[in-house]
Amino acid sequence: MIAARKSATIRESGSDRIFGMVLYIFLGLVAVVVLYPLVYILSSSFSSGSAVAAGDVWLWPVHLSLVGYVGVFKYNAVWTGFVNSIIYTVGGSVLSVMMTIAFAYALSRKAMVGRRVLIIAVLVGLLFQGGLIPTFLVVKGLGLLNTRWAIILPTALNVFAIIVAKTFLQMTIPDELYQAAQIDGCGDFRFLTSIVLPLAKPIIAVLVLWAAVYDWNSYLPALIYLNSQALYPLSLELREILVLGQVSFSSMGNLTTAQIAEMTSMETVLPYALIVISVVPILLLYPFVQKYFVSGIFLGSVKE
Amino acid sequence: MKANLQDLKDYRSPIESSARRSNKWKRMRRDIVQHWQLYPIVALPVAFLVVFSFFPIVGDQVAFRNYDPVLGMWKSPWVGLQQFYDLFSGPYFWLLIRNTVTLSLYYIVVSIPAQVILAIAINEVRHRWFKKFVQTITYAPYFISVVVLVGMMEILLAPSIGPLASIFHSLGHSSAPDLLGSSSWFPSIYVWSGIWQETGYGAVIYLAALAGVNPELYEAAKMDGATRLQKIWNIDLPSLKPTITILLILSIGGLLTVGFEKVYLLQNALNLNSSQIISTYVFEIGILDGNISFAAAVGLFQSLIAMIMVLGVNFAAGRFSDTTLF
Repeated sequence: MIAARKSATIRESGSDRIFGMVLYIFLGLVAVVVLYPLVYILSSSFSSGSAVAAGDVWLWPVHLSLVGYVGVFKYNAVWTGFVNSIIYTVGGSVLSVMMTIAFAYALSRKAMVGRRVLIIAVLVGLLFQGGLIPTFLVVKGLGLLNTRWAIILPTALNVFAIIVAKTFLQMTIPDELYQAAQIDGCGDFRFLTSIVLPLAKPIIAVLVLWAAVYDWNSYLPALIYLNSQALYPLSLELREILVLGQVSFSSMGNLTTAQIAEMTSMETVLPYALIVISVVPILLLYPFVQKYFVSGIFLGSVKE
Repeated sequence: MKANLQDLKDYRSPIESSARRSNKWKRMRRDIVQHWQLYPIVALPVAFLVVFSFFPIVGDQVAFRNYDPVLGMWKSPWVGLQQFYDLFSGPYFWLLIRNTVTLSLYYIVVSIPAQVILAIAINEVRHRWFKKFVQTITYAPYFISVVVLVGMMEILLAPSIGPLASIFHSLGHSSAPDLLGSSSWFPSIYVWSGIWQETGYGAVIYLAALAGVNPELYEAAKMDGATRLQKIWNIDLPSLKPTITILLILSIGGLLTVGFEKVYLLQNALNLNSSQIISTYVFEIGILDGNISFAAAVGLFQSLIAMIMVLGVNFAAGRFSDTTLF
């Protein structure tokens, strides 16, 4: 192995060496282009408001300061949104994954009467979506408008995930296992909970990841179904602050000039700190979930 | 022919076949009794499928009515295809189609080569740590939500302060052009931010295809004295061709379904001319303006076209290769 490597480097021609250099420079540039926006935001978030407003920051923090982070901690709406997002993400993903596995399990069993009809029903649901307006009318008709249920329930069943999970179960759990368990007197409830669930761990990880990332990041359901700000998820708060530029500390009374100056500085840096705070948990988690996300891409491309 | 033979083989006297049929019923009954637990397991997800997938499909009939909130979706007056006439003859129709297709096509044309180039480049790296480093870095932006992405763009591309403004200041301009408030820049802003975010993720599938290339091919190429560029051109690219074809065909199927969330965040009064797409129009007309039936008609039109395109593309994929969606 080592010998083969060595002979390859020895025989490398001039043009190959130039190619190697160009390759490393190219990929180095790609890494810089991807990283720079993140580094710029990170450095700005640790700078003072005046330095950011003057455009002094370009790589390192200028006038090291935590004023942006203090601002985020004082910003109540952000924390309400944060708590709401956790509720929606945990509730939504648990419900979604439970239903997906249950449905996929039943669809993978040959003994299930009406299995073909259900598979066709799922495929119809995949191929044709009713669309935003009729779904809105259904949610409205159920009386779910402006409740937490409107965020959790309508997107809980993901037909694409069901098909992927069903294919996975069919590939990993052989029919003989079902038959053996059946002979031993094991019913479907027990088979599902004590045999299928442990074997389905990889697909469950992918499903949790899909559901959680979607629930955490999306803002469209909240935009459509929610009126009261107390129910807003973090994504919708972030939209108001980062995209619409509406930063306001509502609970402030009479202020001195110094306090107003501090407030202005805080409002300038707050978006940067907010971006860092909302990105860091995901990026810290990412090395651990990366493995599952990659396998998710491939499960997504598995077809029957 | 085969089917006919099967029929002959299956033909038995009427008594026998009725016995077989009753056997089938018996087996079904036995399955139901023995596996009754399957039905409570499946009950909740099926209820969700019916309520949140099928009710909306049935609810699409509101597109043929003139929705009145007092009368509701079943009693509002029936107007037939009126909403569709209004859509096709309306001033916005071709603008919506043009904007939606522009964003899709532009993204397909840039993203596939970008992903292929990145995958080949990463595949060529000999040092393992550098390979891993580049892969980890390029992959990370995928996890950033669109809201944060657009928030970052507002900061980075702001005309008076920020990195873009600094570049223009140093060139002697007083401010940078307002890229986020410009119709002509909008498609590029949309597409290239997507490239920044998704190229590393998209390259994974091509990297896997490259990992599956037979090493003997490289050995043979080395014997013949091929340079690395020649190996890429004659071995890597041909081995990626099936993957590229499939992904290209699949993305053509989604030509009219551009996601709502990112476009709506980037949309403002200044770039509306190129940022109004079908999904944002449905939201604006239906949810904000309350013109429910017309918006439902626009949405139904989009769903129908999308379905036809996915089915057509699936057919095409079947002809080009053995891989199909269904």
